[in-house]
Amino acid sequence: MAAGLIGERGSARLRGWLLSAGLLLAFILAWHVATLPEAGTGAVDPEYAKLLGAAAAQGQKSAFPTPAEVGAALWKHVADPFYVRGTNDMGIGIQLAFSIGRVLTGYLLAALVAIPLGFLIGMSPLLHRALDPFIQVLKPISPLAWMPLALYTIKDSAVSAIFVIFICSIWPMLMNTAFGVAAVRKEWLNVARTLEVGPLRRAFTVILPAAAPTIMTGMRISIGIAWLVIVAAEMLVGGTGIGYFVWNEWNNLSIPSIVTAILLIGLVGMALDLALARLARLVTYPE
Amino acid sequence: MTERPLISVEGLAKRYPAASGKGETTIFEDLWFSVKRGEFVCLIGHSGCGKTTILNVLAGLERASGGTAIADGREIAGPSLDRAVIFQGHALMPWMSVAGNVAFAVRSRHPDWSRARVQEHARHYVRLVGLAGSEDKRPAQLSGGMKQRVGIARALSVEPKMLLMDEPFSALDALTRGMLQDEVLRLCREAQQTTFMITHDIDEAMLLADRIVLMTNGPGARVAEIVVNTLPRDRSRHEMHRHPHYYRIRNHLLDFLVDRSRDFAREAAEGGWDPRHPPEVRPGEAEPALAVNNAAPERARSSHHTDVA
Repeated sequence: MAAGLIGERGSARLRGWLLSAGLLLAFILAWHVATLPEAGTGAVDPEYAKLLGAAAAQGQKSAFPTPAEVGAALWKHVADPFYVRGTNDMGIGIQLAFSIGRVLTGYLLAALVAIPLGFLIGMSPLLHRALDPFIQVLKPISPLAWMPLALYTIKDSAVSAIFVIFICSIWPMLMNTAFGVAAVRKEWLNVARTLEVGPLRRAFTVILPAAAPTIMTGMRISIGIAWLVIVAAEMLVGGTGIGYFVWNEWNNLSIPSIVTAILLIGLVGMALDLALARLARLVTYPE
Repeated sequence: MTERPLISVEGLAKRYPAASGKGETTIFEDLWFSVKRGEFVCLIGHSGCGKTTILNVLAGLERASGGTAIADGREIAGPSLDRAVIFQGHALMPWMSVAGNVAFAVRSRHPDWSRARVQEHARHYVRLVGLAGSEDKRPAQLSGGMKQRVGIARALSVEPKMLLMDEPFSALDALTRGMLQDEVLRLCREAQQTTFMITHDIDEAMLLADRIVLMTNGPGARVAEIVVNTLPRDRSRHEMHRHPHYYRIRNHLLDFLVDRSRDFAREAAEGGWDPRHPPEVRPGEAEPALAVNNAAPERARSSHHTDVA
């Protein structure tokens, strides 16, 4: 019976995988067909061809790369991810490392501010009421709107990017920590009160573990937003990072490289989310 | 009456601003009763008469609007380790193990103890409530009855002067409830634990309590009278219903809860009821002339004359 259940679950998972693989295959096939060279449209105005470069000059070919071309670009980038051939030509691994470094720096700084501050807001209704208007106004501001202000005051593009990550990842963590702390079950607090538990011990042994799952949810939302924002931020500040890489490849009109970068951005985002989910599972308690 | 009671409730009242915004709603007022050292007192009343509020005031978790509650000669101004609470919904911390939950309490009582000593003390109390072997489980892995046992172990582990219980077994099934009542009876007798418990279960009160405080319906609830449990002290759940006093007490309590708790105000107005000294009734004793099925008010009046407290 139990074995049968496990077998059933196993086969359900296998069927899920098979369907995923099938969908991927269908997508690649459709993509392949859609980008097949078209015969007979050979006559292209040579001046137009000059403007648009080699791809258009060939005329018979769609500007969008075929799956094979993207595969080749992907292989080229992944096979040698860490080369450095000058400031504008670095391996995609190095670019990703720059981005991850910025995201983690800004994110951890935000956590250092958001979690203690959220704790205070969650514990004090007065503080909550006092800070709420500021939070409500600041929260919906697109993090990129801060960029000029950051560049002007900080005068350092790398630090400005980190600041933008900081400002965008602080809100979910702040809101969730405050909510989680305020929503700690009254009976647990009453237990602590009847046991004459001091405020510091109460904060660390009752409130923090009780609110930890909610706080972790906020941290997970934040890392997702930070990874979304870093691409745009790096397109603006330039220099290094996966966002800059995408922009640079756009300037080179190297669409296969852009598609490669898009794919890798997705994979790294998924990895970050999975890591936080793993951490969240550590602090989650069954009721 | 020579010994000073451990808990003395004197003119306690609780009022809330009325929902309409004007005036106040009185949940209860002018409550007077006491709990002696080593005594087990149950408080019975319908929902809405403020039972839990009374317990919370005694625990120091809530403030009354009037009157005082005195514990061990001092007015209750806040929670204290001397008054341990067993909560209705066990209130265990789900992220701690069974032993961890108890150790949390032990560490509060003895902050200077070593980790090993705290653990040993905690595990002793886990075994005491019959949970040996479950020390390292999480509360989520336990049944409702086992969770409440942990709650009892946690409360007892701080060796409180006074145990406060807020309908601790109301969420359990009948079988588990009976077993836990036996357990509580045993533990409280062994330790001569002073206990104050809120319940709406008549049989529970008759099994556990030495005295039963009867509250009228809210709003404006009062302590109507105090019923002395005239069953022998070594009563058990299986035997007590054979005792001749059993149905006298039971009917008296039922009469009160079904009828008298509703319009006690009229009854009180009729004859010399004094809120400061609610009459103490001893069903089965000193009222030989009364049949079991007699009308309740009559018995209440007769009990006035036989008030030996």
